[in-house]
Amino acid sequence: MSALGPYAVFITVSYALVALVVAGLIAAIAVDYRQQQDQLRRLEESGVTRRSSGKMSEQP
Amino acid sequence: MFLARLANPSRFLTLTARVLPWLAVATVLVIALGLYQSWTAPDDYQQGATVKIMFIHVPNAWLSMFVWMMMSVSALGTLVWKHPLADVAAKAAAPIGASFTFLALATGSLWGRPMWGTYWQWDARLTSVLILFLMYLSLIALWRAVEDPSRAARAAAVLTLVGAINIPIIKFSVEWWNTLHQGESVFRMGGPTLDRAFLVPLFTMAIGFTLLFITLHLAAMRNEILRRRVRTLQMMQADGRTA
Repeated sequence: MSALGPYAVFITVSYALVALVVAGLIAAIAVDYRQQQDQLRRLEESGVTRRSSGKMSEQP
Repeated sequence: MFLARLANPSRFLTLTARVLPWLAVATVLVIALGLYQSWTAPDDYQQGATVKIMFIHVPNAWLSMFVWMMMSVSALGTLVWKHPLADVAAKAAAPIGASFTFLALATGSLWGRPMWGTYWQWDARLTSVLILFLMYLSLIALWRAVEDPSRAARAAAVLTLVGAINIPIIKFSVEWWNTLHQGESVFRMGGPTLDRAFLVPLFTMAIGFTLLFITLHLAAMRNEILRRRVRTLQMMQADGRTA
C-alpha cells in the first residue's frame, strides 16, 4: 500500500469500485438468465409452446 | 449478409452460445494483462501513483460514449430498418452503458480529489457526462414503464437519437469551454501526449473493457430474447392457446 504513495486509498477504492460494479453486472446477467430459463421451462411444462420451436428452454 | 443472418433470434442464440465462452476467456486474459501492466507502470512525475486511476477511468469514459453511439445505431435499426434485434441490442446495452458511465464519474471523482482538490466541479466535461448518466437511467426507466415492447422500442429509439447530441458535446467540451478537466491527450492532432509507458497499459485495458462490454452485451441480449419469448408464451397462456 505504501508503494502507492499518500493517495493509496483513492487508487485502491477506484479499483475496488470497478471490480464491485463489474461483478454486480455479471451476477445480475447470470441471475436473469437463470430466471428466464426457469420461466420458459415452467411454461413449456404447462403445455404452452410456440409454433416455430420445440423446447426453447433447452436451446443454447 | 452477416447482420441479416443474425436477424433470426434463434440463430443468434445458437451462434452466441458458441462464441460467448471464447469471448469470456479472452476478456479475462486481456484484463489480467492490463492490470499487470497498470500496476507495474511507473509513477507519473507530477501525479505520482494516482496515474493508475487513469487505466480504469479512461476506458470506462470511452465506453460510456461508445455504448450510447452503438445504441444510436440500434435506434436507427429500430426506426428505419425495423431489425428484430435492434431494440433488443439497445435495451440490453443500456444498463451496461449506465454502469460504465457511473464508473467513469466515480473514478474521475476519486482521481480529482487528490489532483484538483475537489471531488466534483460543475464544469462542461463533468456535467455533460453526468447528463449522459441521467439519460441512461431515463432510457432504462422508459423501457420498464411501457409494457408493450414495440411501443417502448420506438419511444426509446427516439430518445436515444436525441440523446446522441450529447456525445460530441462531451467529446469536445474540453476544447469548447474552459474546464477543470484536462484536454484530449490520446486521440488528438499531433499524436498522443502520453508516454508509451502509460499508453500501452491504457490501450490494453481499453481493449479488455471493450471485450468485457461485448461479452456482457451478448449475454444480456440472449436474456432479453428469452424474456420476450416468456412474454409471448404468457400471453398465449392467458388467451388459452397452445399454438
